Amino acid sequence: MREDIINIAWHGRGGQGAITAAKIVAKTSFQTGYTGVVMVPTFGTERRGAPVMTSLKISKKKIYDLSPIENPDIAVVLDHLLLNEINIVEGLKHGAILVINTPKPSNDYSYNGIRVATADITAIAREAGLPYGMVNSGIIGAFAKASSLIGIETISDVIREEFKEIRPEENARSALLTYERTIINYGDKKM
Amino acid sequence: MYIIESGNVAAAIGVKLARAQVIAAYPITPQTPLTEKLSEFIESGTMKAAYIPVESEHSALAVCIAASTAGARAFTATSANGLLYMHEQLHWAAGARLPIVMCVVNRGVGAPWTVWNDHQDSISQRDTGWIQIYVNDHQEIIDTTIKAFRIAQEVNIPVMVCYDGYILSHSHMPFDLPDQKLVDRFLPPYNPEDCLDPKNPTNLNSVTLPDVRMNIRGELAHGYMELRYLLQEDLRRSIQVVADVEKHYKEIFNRGEGPYLEEYRCKDASFIAVSMGSLSFQLRVAVDALRKEGIKVGVIGIRLYRPFPDKAIVKALSKADGVIVFEKAISYGYMGTLCSEIASALYKNAKTPFVHNYILGIGGRNIRTEDLVDALRNSCTKGKNTDSADTLGWIGLKI
Repeated sequence: MREDIINIAWHGRGGQGAITAAKIVAKTSFQTGYTGVVMVPTFGTERRGAPVMTSLKISKKKIYDLSPIENPDIAVVLDHLLLNEINIVEGLKHGAILVINTPKPSNDYSYNGIRVATADITAIAREAGLPYGMVNSGIIGAFAKASSLIGIETISDVIREEFKEIRPEENARSALLTYERTIINYGDKKM
Repeated sequence: MYIIESGNVAAAIGVKLARAQVIAAYPITPQTPLTEKLSEFIESGTMKAAYIPVESEHSALAVCIAASTAGARAFTATSANGLLYMHEQLHWAAGARLPIVMCVVNRGVGAPWTVWNDHQDSISQRDTGWIQIYVNDHQEIIDTTIKAFRIAQEVNIPVMVCYDGYILSHSHMPFDLPDQKLVDRFLPPYNPEDCLDPKNPTNLNSVTLPDVRMNIRGELAHGYMELRYLLQEDLRRSIQVVADVEKHYKEIFNRGEGPYLEEYRCKDASFIAVSMGSLSFQLRVAVDALRKEGIKVGVIGIRLYRPFPDKAIVKALSKADGVIVFEKAISYGYMGTLCSEIASALYKNAKTPFVHNYILGIGGRNIRTEDLVDALRNSCTKGKNTDSADTLGWIGLKI
């Protein structure tokens, strides 16, 4: 309803840290001048492993609407298998960006009018020294590359701060490596 | 300094800045992170207070009543059925005139079980004699929690700070952290003249006869009815105290809205939407959309619900042609609780606008801004002739 708001939907599984990732992007956006930032998790009865969604809205002006995002400008998917379980693509705006953590090549994801950014973050995170499955810091690097909304340097600082007791350097490295290796596909194949 | 944190953390920091001395609470979703944060503050030594874990909400408030009676600044927090379980002690805290502050993280009540947001829990405690304030965002959560301690000790009446479960309690947004030195200037320590003192034993709130009588010192003492009359009088008097405290806070911190309600695009409005909590902020977006269509509509968010600021509400609404009340609670068997009170307050006025009532968001049902726009447009364009003039309109109902 408001043109000035960037709507970002974060899809993950319970325990994957999608909320923490969205919070880091919220903090970084706020530091870089987006004074209107709200992050609203959608809570169900889900537990570990079940699909979860959190809404991140950013703007230069105060945001008054805390309802869940229905038509995202950007959707971030922490586990590519979620694309088979819930309808993530259908609600996307024309020209939206879809960021996916996937081992598959980016050409496998081709949707009309959607820019797709992919990286194998599960593998990159291991390379960065993180335990298997810790992908929420890496996905922020892919988000930064695909959206150009926030700089990787600023975000690395916020990641180190947010993960100061849980492998800050490895998490920052995972974000940086993912940033460098994210492939953006401007596919226009039919859905 | 601005930080981005959850609404529950905003409340916890507010309680810490207010230097509450005794915290007693029982965890319940979605209040839990608030009391967890307070216990962390106390455990780490960054907050000097006694955290008293209890086995139930009834005991949580009983501990606060004891602490407050002994002259300590006491705080608790709860939600939904936890608040209902406190009910007996709520009446007691108000009757005993104890300045306890409680955050109510609003959640629907069972049965059936729900953990999601509506306002039925705190609205159902309307008649307990507590002051109730509803807030819209995290800045208001932290500021109002601090102000609540001041209001409570000015009038010796307990205060509930009510904010929407999940929507505000678990969402993250930026808010400014008040400076501790300024908070100390705003909120002096709680040093009551009368409090429980082992050196000076006395009976407090024992059986009080229907009529007045001499006490042991030979003075004419109030009967039960006089004490209850004074509670009502002091609650009505506290309407002004709330305004004074708001003014004082604004002088120090340079922020804050009207003490009783927040008006948005109401100056030239023919129609005014009314709501409480985060919904009144969401309605601002609907109002903007309808203004673009040429409909002269505004919205007010009511902050102070008890004592009911009827004069301010009538002043804000009486010039409008129509008033549309959006509510997350019902007086079952009649209508939205707030709506019936607004209609009643307007009745004293010579010109009365039509009043529509919509119920929505019950048990966390998603509130779509588009649906707010449709309901408001319907009420503004059809006026008195819509069905909801006589019956409740339900938004988002799938039946």
